[in-house]
Amino acid sequence: MTVGQDAERLAPAHRRSAEPGAPAHRASSVIAAVVGLVGELLITLGVLLGLFVVWQLWWTDVAANRQQTEVVADLGWAVSPDRPAPSPEPSAPEPVHRTDPAPVMAEPAHATTFATLHVPRWGADYLRPISQGTTRRDVLDVLGLGHYEGTAMPGAIGNFAVAGHRTTYGKPLNRIEELVVGDPLVVQTEQAWYVYRVTETLTVGPRQVEVILPVPSQPEVAPTQAVMTLTTCHPMYSAGQRYIVHAVLDYWMPTADGVPPEITGGA
Amino acid sequence: MYGSLWRHLPGPVWVRVGILVVVAAAVVAVCFLWVFPEIAPLIPFNDITVD
Repeated sequence: MTVGQDAERLAPAHRRSAEPGAPAHRASSVIAAVVGLVGELLITLGVLLGLFVVWQLWWTDVAANRQQTEVVADLGWAVSPDRPAPSPEPSAPEPVHRTDPAPVMAEPAHATTFATLHVPRWGADYLRPISQGTTRRDVLDVLGLGHYEGTAMPGAIGNFAVAGHRTTYGKPLNRIEELVVGDPLVVQTEQAWYVYRVTETLTVGPRQVEVILPVPSQPEVAPTQAVMTLTTCHPMYSAGQRYIVHAVLDYWMPTADGVPPEITGGA
Repeated sequence: MYGSLWRHLPGPVWVRVGILVVVAAAVVAVCFLWVFPEIAPLIPFNDITVD
Protein backbone atom coordinates (compact mmCIF):
# COMPACT_ATOMS: atom_id res chain seq x y z
CA MET A 1 0.00 0.00 0.00
CA THR A 2 2.60 2.50 1.06
CA VAL A 3 4.75 1.48 -1.85
CA GLY A 4 1.84 2.19 -4.23
CA GLN A 5 1.19 5.59 -2.68
CA ASP A 6 4.89 6.44 -2.88
CA ALA A 7 4.90 5.41 -6.51
CA GLU A 8 1.88 7.60 -7.24
CA ARG A 9 3.48 10.56 -5.49
CA LEU A 10 6.69 10.02 -7.40
CA ALA A 11 5.07 9.25 -10.69
CA PRO A 12 4.59 12.76 -12.19
CA ALA A 13 8.17 13.77 -11.58
CA HIS A 14 9.35 10.41 -12.77
CA ARG A 15 7.31 10.63 -15.93
CA ARG A 16 8.55 14.11 -16.72
CA SER A 17 12.17 13.20 -16.29
CA ALA A 18 11.72 9.92 -18.14
CA GLU A 19 10.20 11.48 -21.23
CA PRO A 20 13.10 10.67 -23.59
CA GLY A 21 13.39 7.11 -22.20
CA ALA A 22 9.71 6.18 -22.79
CA PRO A 23 10.34 3.42 -25.41
CA ALA A 24 12.60 1.63 -22.91
CA HIS A 25 9.84 1.77 -20.34
CA ARG A 26 7.39 0.30 -22.85
CA ALA A 27 9.87 -2.45 -23.74
CA SER A 28 10.22 -3.52 -20.13
CA SER A 29 6.45 -3.79 -19.73
CA VAL A 30 6.30 -5.93 -22.88
CA ILE A 31 8.95 -8.20 -21.42
CA ALA A 32 6.96 -8.44 -18.20
CA ALA A 33 3.84 -9.40 -20.17
CA VAL A 34 5.74 -12.07 -22.12
CA VAL A 35 7.28 -13.51 -18.95
CA GLY A 36 3.85 -13.59 -17.35
CA LEU A 37 2.37 -15.38 -20.35
CA VAL A 38 5.18 -17.96 -20.44
CA GLY A 39 4.71 -18.53 -16.72
CA GLU A 40 1.00 -19.14 -17.14
CA LEU A 41 1.64 -21.53 -20.03
CA LEU A 42 4.17 -23.48 -17.94
CA ILE A 43 1.71 -23.72 -15.02
CA THR A 44 -0.94 -24.96 -17.48
CA LEU A 45 1.47 -27.57 -18.86
CA GLY A 46 2.27 -28.72 -15.31
CA VAL A 47 -1.41 -29.14 -14.49
CA LEU A 48 -1.95 -31.12 -17.75
CA LEU A 49 1.00 -33.41 -16.95
CA GLY A 50 -0.45 -34.00 -13.49
CA LEU A 51 -3.78 -34.84 -15.10
CA PHE A 52 -2.04 -37.30 -17.41
CA VAL A 53 -0.54 -39.12 -14.41
CA VAL A 54 -3.96 -39.29 -12.73
CA TRP A 55 -5.45 -40.63 -15.97
CA GLN A 56 -2.69 -43.22 -16.46
CA LEU A 57 -2.50 -44.53 -12.91
CA TRP A 58 -6.17 -44.37 -11.95
CA TRP A 59 -8.60 -43.82 -14.79
CA THR A 60 -7.17 -46.46 -17.17
CA ASP A 61 -7.79 -49.11 -14.48
CA VAL A 62 -11.35 -47.92 -13.91
CA ALA A 63 -12.19 -47.87 -17.62
CA ALA A 64 -10.41 -51.12 -18.57
CA ASN A 65 -11.80 -53.14 -15.64
CA ARG A 66 -15.31 -52.05 -16.54
CA GLN A 67 -14.80 -52.89 -20.21
CA GLN A 68 -13.16 -56.27 -19.60
CA THR A 69 -15.90 -57.40 -17.19
CA GLU A 70 -18.43 -56.45 -19.84
CA VAL A 71 -16.52 -58.29 -22.58
CA VAL A 72 -16.45 -61.50 -20.53
CA ALA A 73 -20.17 -61.23 -19.77
CA ASP A 74 -20.97 -60.59 -23.44
CA LEU A 75 -19.24 -63.84 -24.49
CA GLY A 76 -22.24 -65.70 -23.13
CA TRP A 77 -20.37 -68.97 -22.60
CA ALA A 78 -17.64 -67.85 -20.19
CA VAL A 79 -17.75 -69.46 -16.76
CA SER A 80 -17.29 -66.75 -14.10
CA PRO A 81 -17.99 -66.31 -10.38
CA ASP A 82 -21.22 -64.54 -11.36
CA ARG A 83 -22.14 -67.17 -13.91
CA PRO A 84 -21.04 -70.59 -12.63
CA ALA A 85 -21.31 -73.60 -14.88
CA PRO A 86 -24.48 -75.65 -14.37
CA SER A 87 -23.70 -78.44 -11.94
CA PRO A 88 -23.47 -81.78 -13.77
CA GLU A 89 -26.08 -84.49 -13.37
CA PRO A 90 -25.39 -86.67 -10.33
CA SER A 91 -25.30 -89.67 -12.63
CA ALA A 92 -22.83 -88.00 -14.99
CA PRO A 93 -19.43 -89.68 -15.18
CA GLU A 94 -16.44 -87.91 -13.63
CA PRO A 95 -14.96 -85.53 -16.20
CA VAL A 96 -12.05 -87.11 -17.95
CA HIS A 97 -8.81 -85.16 -18.13
CA ARG A 98 -7.92 -85.72 -21.72
CA THR A 99 -4.40 -85.68 -23.05
CA ASP A 100 -5.14 -86.75 -26.61
CA PRO A 101 -4.80 -84.02 -29.30
CA ALA A 102 -7.03 -81.14 -28.21
CA PRO A 103 -9.57 -79.38 -30.44
CA VAL A 104 -8.01 -76.19 -31.79
CA MET A 105 -9.98 -73.21 -33.04
CA ALA A 106 -8.83 -71.12 -36.01
CA GLU A 107 -7.32 -67.70 -35.31
CA PRO A 108 -10.18 -65.18 -35.18
CA ALA A 109 -10.22 -61.68 -36.65
CA HIS A 110 -8.11 -58.97 -35.04
CA ALA A 111 -9.46 -57.67 -31.71
CA THR A 112 -11.95 -60.53 -31.39
CA THR A 113 -12.24 -62.00 -27.89
CA PHE A 114 -12.07 -65.79 -28.13
CA ALA A 115 -11.03 -67.12 -24.71
CA THR A 116 -10.80 -66.37 -21.01
CA LEU A 117 -8.03 -66.94 -18.52
CA HIS A 118 -8.48 -68.11 -14.93
CA VAL A 119 -5.45 -68.15 -12.62
CA PRO A 120 -6.30 -69.72 -9.24
CA ARG A 121 -3.05 -68.35 -7.76
CA TRP A 122 -4.47 -64.84 -8.26
CA GLY A 123 -7.77 -65.62 -6.55
CA ALA A 124 -10.95 -67.53 -7.41
CA ASP A 125 -12.43 -64.37 -8.90
CA TYR A 126 -9.54 -63.73 -11.32
CA LEU A 127 -10.98 -63.85 -14.81
CA ARG A 128 -9.80 -61.95 -17.90
CA PRO A 129 -10.70 -62.08 -21.60
CA ILE A 130 -8.09 -63.02 -24.20
CA SER A 131 -8.43 -61.29 -27.58
CA GLN A 132 -6.65 -61.56 -30.91
CA GLY A 133 -3.69 -59.24 -31.51
CA THR A 134 -1.15 -57.31 -29.45
CA THR A 135 -1.69 -53.73 -30.59
CA ARG A 136 -2.05 -51.23 -27.78
CA ARG A 137 -4.98 -49.00 -28.74
CA ASP A 138 -7.58 -51.57 -29.78
CA VAL A 139 -6.55 -54.69 -27.84
CA LEU A 140 -4.17 -54.43 -24.89
CA ASP A 141 -5.35 -51.05 -23.58
CA VAL A 142 -9.04 -51.89 -23.75
CA LEU A 143 -9.66 -55.65 -24.01
CA GLY A 144 -6.92 -56.84 -21.65
CA LEU A 145 -4.88 -59.88 -22.65
CA GLY A 146 -3.79 -60.13 -26.29
CA HIS A 147 -2.81 -63.20 -28.32
CA TYR A 148 0.31 -62.77 -30.46
CA GLU A 149 -0.94 -63.15 -34.02
CA GLY A 150 0.54 -66.16 -35.77
CA THR A 151 1.38 -68.08 -32.59
CA ALA A 152 -0.51 -71.25 -31.69
CA MET A 153 -4.11 -71.17 -30.48
CA PRO A 154 -5.08 -72.76 -27.12
CA GLY A 155 -4.39 -76.47 -27.03
CA ALA A 156 -2.42 -76.51 -30.28
CA ILE A 157 1.06 -77.97 -30.59
CA GLY A 158 3.30 -74.90 -30.47
CA ASN A 159 3.33 -71.79 -28.32
CA PHE A 160 0.10 -70.03 -27.30
CA ALA A 161 1.66 -66.62 -26.52
CA VAL A 162 -0.26 -63.91 -24.66
CA ALA A 163 0.70 -60.37 -23.61
CA GLY A 164 -0.92 -58.25 -20.91
CA HIS A 165 -0.39 -55.08 -18.90
CA ARG A 166 1.18 -55.48 -15.48
CA THR A 167 0.33 -51.95 -14.35
CA THR A 168 -2.52 -49.67 -15.48
CA TYR A 169 -5.30 -50.54 -18.00
CA GLY A 170 -6.84 -53.03 -15.57
CA LYS A 171 -3.39 -54.66 -14.97
CA PRO A 172 -4.38 -58.24 -15.93
CA LEU A 173 -0.87 -59.59 -15.23
CA ASN A 174 -0.16 -57.46 -12.14
CA ARG A 175 0.70 -60.40 -9.87
CA ILE A 176 2.75 -62.38 -12.40
CA GLU A 177 5.74 -62.60 -10.08
CA GLU A 178 3.69 -64.67 -7.60
CA LEU A 179 3.40 -67.56 -10.06
CA VAL A 180 5.51 -70.60 -9.19
CA VAL A 181 6.30 -73.75 -11.15
CA GLY A 182 3.28 -76.07 -11.22
CA ASP A 183 0.62 -73.35 -10.92
CA PRO A 184 -2.33 -73.92 -13.26
CA LEU A 185 -3.26 -71.39 -15.97
CA VAL A 186 -6.78 -72.30 -17.04
CA VAL A 187 -7.93 -71.17 -20.49
CA GLN A 188 -11.56 -71.51 -21.57
CA THR A 189 -12.80 -71.25 -25.14
CA GLU A 190 -16.36 -71.84 -26.25
CA GLN A 191 -15.56 -75.51 -26.91
CA ALA A 192 -13.02 -76.58 -24.31
CA TRP A 193 -11.00 -76.01 -21.18
CA TYR A 194 -7.21 -76.10 -21.48
CA VAL A 195 -5.24 -76.44 -18.25
CA TYR A 196 -1.60 -75.40 -18.55
CA ARG A 197 0.95 -75.65 -15.73
CA VAL A 198 3.77 -73.18 -15.20
CA THR A 199 7.16 -74.65 -16.04
CA GLU A 200 9.46 -71.64 -15.92
CA THR A 201 9.59 -67.90 -15.16
CA LEU A 202 12.31 -65.62 -16.50
CA THR A 203 13.13 -62.03 -17.42
CA VAL A 204 14.42 -61.15 -20.87
CA GLY A 205 15.17 -58.09 -22.98
CA PRO A 206 12.34 -56.45 -24.94
CA ARG A 207 13.72 -57.72 -28.27
CA GLN A 208 14.08 -61.38 -27.29
CA VAL A 209 11.25 -62.65 -29.47
CA GLU A 210 12.54 -66.21 -29.16
CA VAL A 211 10.40 -66.63 -26.01
CA ILE A 212 7.30 -66.79 -28.22
CA LEU A 213 8.75 -69.26 -30.75
CA PRO A 214 6.85 -72.56 -31.15
CA VAL A 215 9.54 -74.14 -28.96
CA PRO A 216 10.53 -71.24 -26.69
CA SER A 217 14.12 -70.07 -27.16
CA GLN A 218 14.89 -72.88 -29.63
CA PRO A 219 14.68 -71.58 -33.19
CA GLU A 220 14.19 -74.08 -36.00
CA VAL A 221 13.08 -76.88 -33.70
CA ALA A 222 9.75 -78.49 -34.59
CA PRO A 223 7.33 -78.32 -31.65
CA THR A 224 5.97 -81.51 -30.10
CA GLN A 225 4.26 -79.96 -27.06
CA ALA A 226 1.46 -77.46 -26.50
CA VAL A 227 2.99 -74.66 -24.44
CA MET A 228 1.70 -71.28 -23.32
CA THR A 229 3.68 -68.08 -22.72
CA LEU A 230 2.73 -64.90 -20.85
CA THR A 231 4.71 -61.69 -21.49
CA THR A 232 4.47 -58.44 -19.54
CA CYS A 233 6.66 -55.52 -18.54
CA HIS A 234 9.45 -55.75 -15.98
CA PRO A 235 10.24 -54.11 -13.63
CA MET A 236 6.84 -52.55 -12.93
CA TYR A 237 6.33 -49.12 -14.52
CA SER A 238 9.30 -49.74 -16.81
CA ALA A 239 9.87 -50.93 -20.33
CA GLY A 240 13.44 -52.04 -19.59
CA GLN A 241 12.77 -55.78 -19.61
CA ARG A 242 9.99 -58.34 -20.05
CA TYR A 243 8.75 -60.84 -17.48
CA ILE A 244 8.05 -64.20 -19.11
CA VAL A 245 6.11 -67.21 -17.84
CA HIS A 246 6.17 -70.50 -19.76
CA ALA A 247 3.63 -73.25 -19.12
CA VAL A 248 2.87 -76.61 -20.70
CA LEU A 249 -0.53 -78.16 -21.43
CA ASP A 250 -1.47 -80.61 -18.69
CA TYR A 251 -4.86 -81.73 -20.02
CA TRP A 252 -7.99 -80.47 -21.74
CA MET A 253 -11.68 -81.25 -21.43
CA PRO A 254 -14.80 -80.24 -23.37
CA THR A 255 -16.77 -77.44 -21.69
CA ALA A 256 -19.82 -79.71 -21.85
CA ASP A 257 -18.14 -82.07 -19.37
CA GLY A 258 -18.06 -79.54 -16.53
CA VAL A 259 -15.40 -77.32 -15.00
CA PRO A 260 -11.77 -78.21 -14.24
CA PRO A 261 -11.26 -78.90 -10.53
CA GLU A 262 -8.47 -76.27 -10.55
CA ILE A 263 -10.98 -73.42 -10.64
CA THR A 264 -13.70 -74.94 -8.47
CA GLY A 265 -11.26 -75.30 -5.59
CA GLY A 266 -11.28 -79.08 -5.95
CA ALA A 267 -7.55 -79.31 -6.61
CA MET B 1 -3.67 -14.90 -20.30
CA TYR B 2 -5.96 -15.99 -17.47
CA GLY B 3 -6.29 -12.37 -16.32
CA SER B 4 -7.64 -11.25 -19.68
CA LEU B 5 -9.83 -14.37 -19.88
CA TRP B 6 -11.39 -13.37 -16.54
CA ARG B 7 -11.93 -9.79 -17.72
CA HIS B 8 -13.60 -10.92 -20.94
CA LEU B 9 -16.07 -13.27 -19.25
CA PRO B 10 -19.56 -11.78 -18.90
CA GLY B 11 -21.69 -11.57 -15.79
CA PRO B 12 -21.11 -11.38 -12.06
CA VAL B 13 -18.39 -13.32 -10.27
CA TRP B 14 -20.47 -16.45 -9.60
CA VAL B 15 -21.41 -16.72 -13.29
CA ARG B 16 -17.77 -16.39 -14.33
CA VAL B 17 -16.71 -19.04 -11.80
CA GLY B 18 -19.49 -21.32 -13.08
CA ILE B 19 -18.36 -20.89 -16.70
CA LEU B 20 -14.75 -21.66 -15.75
CA VAL B 21 -15.75 -24.80 -13.82
CA VAL B 22 -17.69 -26.08 -16.84
CA VAL B 23 -14.78 -25.29 -19.18
CA ALA B 24 -12.30 -27.05 -16.86
CA ALA B 25 -14.53 -30.14 -16.69
CA ALA B 26 -14.74 -30.17 -20.49
CA VAL B 27 -10.95 -29.92 -20.82
CA VAL B 28 -10.48 -32.84 -18.38
CA ALA B 29 -13.05 -34.93 -20.27
CA VAL B 30 -11.47 -34.28 -23.67
CA CYS B 31 -8.02 -35.15 -22.29
CA PHE B 32 -9.19 -38.36 -20.56
CA LEU B 33 -11.30 -39.65 -23.43
CA TRP B 34 -9.32 -38.67 -26.54
CA VAL B 35 -6.01 -36.89 -26.02
CA PHE B 36 -4.35 -39.12 -23.39
CA PRO B 37 -5.34 -42.46 -25.02
CA GLU B 38 -3.73 -41.20 -28.24
CA ILE B 39 -0.42 -40.10 -26.73
CA ALA B 40 -0.01 -42.88 -24.12
CA PRO B 41 1.27 -45.52 -26.59
CA LEU B 42 4.00 -43.05 -27.64
CA ILE B 43 5.39 -43.01 -24.11
CA PRO B 44 7.43 -46.19 -23.80
CA PHE B 45 7.07 -46.93 -20.09
CA ASN B 46 4.27 -49.41 -20.59
CA ASP B 47 5.50 -51.75 -23.33
CA ILE B 48 4.60 -55.34 -22.58
CA THR B 49 5.23 -57.27 -25.78
CA VAL B 50 8.38 -58.75 -27.22
CA ASP B 51 8.90 -57.54 -30.77
